[in-house]
Amino acid sequence: MKYSVKELSLPISKQRWKHIWNGFLSDKLAVLSLMIFIFYCVVALAAPLIAPFDPYDPQFMDLMNSEIAPYWISGDERFLLGTDAQGRDLLSTILYGTRLSLSIGLLAVVIQASLGICIGLTAGYVGGRLDNFFMRCADIQLSFSTMMIAIVFLAIFQTLFGSEYYQQLAMIMIILVIGLAEWPLFARTIRASVLAEKQKEYVDAARIMGIGPMRIMFKHILPNTMSPLLVIFTIQIANAIVAEAALSFLGLGMPISEPSLGSLISIGFSYIFSGAWWICIIPSATLILLILVMNLLGDWLRDHLNPKIYKD
Amino acid sequence: MLIFLLRRLFQACVVMAVISIISFIIQDSLGDPVRQMVGQSVSPAKIEEIRQVQGFNDSKFDQYSRYVTGVLKGDFGTSYFYKEPALDVILKKLPATFELAFSAILIIVLVSIPCGIFAAIRPKNILARFLMFSSTIGLSVPIFIVGIFLLYTFSIELQWTPSFGRGDTTLVLGVWETGFLSLDGLSHLILPSLSLAIALLPMFVRLIRSEMLEVLHSEYVKYAWAKGLSPARIYFVHAFKNTMLPIITIGGIQVGTLVAYTILTETIFQWPGMGSLFLDAVNRVDSPLISAYLMVVGAIFVISNTLVDLIYGYINPTVRLASHGL
Repeated sequence: MKYSVKELSLPISKQRWKHIWNGFLSDKLAVLSLMIFIFYCVVALAAPLIAPFDPYDPQFMDLMNSEIAPYWISGDERFLLGTDAQGRDLLSTILYGTRLSLSIGLLAVVIQASLGICIGLTAGYVGGRLDNFFMRCADIQLSFSTMMIAIVFLAIFQTLFGSEYYQQLAMIMIILVIGLAEWPLFARTIRASVLAEKQKEYVDAARIMGIGPMRIMFKHILPNTMSPLLVIFTIQIANAIVAEAALSFLGLGMPISEPSLGSLISIGFSYIFSGAWWICIIPSATLILLILVMNLLGDWLRDHLNPKIYKD
Repeated sequence: MLIFLLRRLFQACVVMAVISIISFIIQDSLGDPVRQMVGQSVSPAKIEEIRQVQGFNDSKFDQYSRYVTGVLKGDFGTSYFYKEPALDVILKKLPATFELAFSAILIIVLVSIPCGIFAAIRPKNILARFLMFSSTIGLSVPIFIVGIFLLYTFSIELQWTPSFGRGDTTLVLGVWETGFLSLDGLSHLILPSLSLAIALLPMFVRLIRSEMLEVLHSEYVKYAWAKGLSPARIYFVHAFKNTMLPIITIGGIQVGTLVAYTILTETIFQWPGMGSLFLDAVNRVDSPLISAYLMVVGAIFVISNTLVDLIYGYINPTVRLASHGL
């Protein structure tokens, strides 16, 4: 006997998402945050197209233009947000910096998520000693803070490679360190959901049908653990961006020639005493708004999808 | 309890061993100690002889065990830059960082507990809503921006407080240089400790609020109301005690964050503590100092985490069951 797909698939999950989406639209703060976040993403993607200058091109670095105040103070129409100490247009550097910060955050969290999902699924589904071992590792890893691990490891890499060579590798190193340090959060959450899902009949049914454990884990159980993942994903991207900014601020992250928001703030900080506040304040505001919006979105998702997130 | 304690100690030892291996690798692979000793104008044969005598040609395992025995005796090697034992250099900077962290923790405890409890008891109150809203914003402001903002407003614009350094310090008991005892030292301490505290406060306020809310809905609190106990007793004795359980664990985990944040704060305010010492050591490729810092900070971590777990085990008896421990 054959059923068409339409008859078989129950529309419950679709309806649920529609319900959530309607709830979302009625929350003004959430909609506003989503719009700002989309604006950030678009601007970051289109940075090479809309930026008035190319900050990576030394041709546009003219020391005669350095430390010009923003347009509304200096009246200089070429540079809307002023210039930094090397004469780069601040608007362009911020656009490119946002692009860098966002992509570092996203990639780092993709690493965290894939590692965490694989470990969490395996630990939860297989159980026993493997589960014990992974969860002990997660305990130990969580007892060290990510920032501490990242600072120590990046500092070590920097001394090992020499700062010149390190600057070329900086982006990959940051993504790897932040990505590898935060997997336990994903793993624990997934594991907890897997333990609950494993008891349900559909898993037994799938097993009796002779479906392999890999397929059961990834095709059957994983889709049912998605809503907590979504929440962690949003919040973790914000955290990763903050971590990257802090590392860059310490000089362990992106180099001055290719600044992310954190390194821009760090450059600006050295000029804050000389009165050139805009080099520091404008990137800071950009960063804070981005993080705030992501946190608000994460909070909203947490309140409305109502998942359990296991940190401890 | 004994098994729990032993397991916990075993775990602490494993973590310390891993940290010591990392420190050894740093010490071993960064820079050439023989070059540091003899300088440039020495023949390769002579260098080889020194390497042989000093044991640099031994197997890595022998070198590692020698390193560990040295560490256990308190010998972490000599800093290349300061030409002093690395441990002494670090211990000299320890009071500065410790006082900074201590005052930050003091502020956090004094502010977050009342705020969190208030926000949980009166969730609809306008002040509580304001608290929660500002904590959301606070969560989104990275610590170094808090520091820069405080520095810019209070030191540069208003010129109320000094902008860098520790100010006057007095020597207490012959070993501990404290900034607590002079007005100048305290005025230097305000901004750095405030920015540390502000960065961690929102998290604790939210945590205490949500834990307290959960506890207030539990059966035993309802029973306490039914018994007719006074609200103060219910809130501050019955509910508060159970609220503190998860807070203690998370507080223990946050020790690591606190150490990382002191590095950031010390950079911004040029606070002469261990964090800025570490960054300087990294810039100067001072490998004995780097590895000594790692060992000291690792030890602080492990000790504080073990202590927190023991306190937790003491307060919450279910943890002490062997099946639940480690």
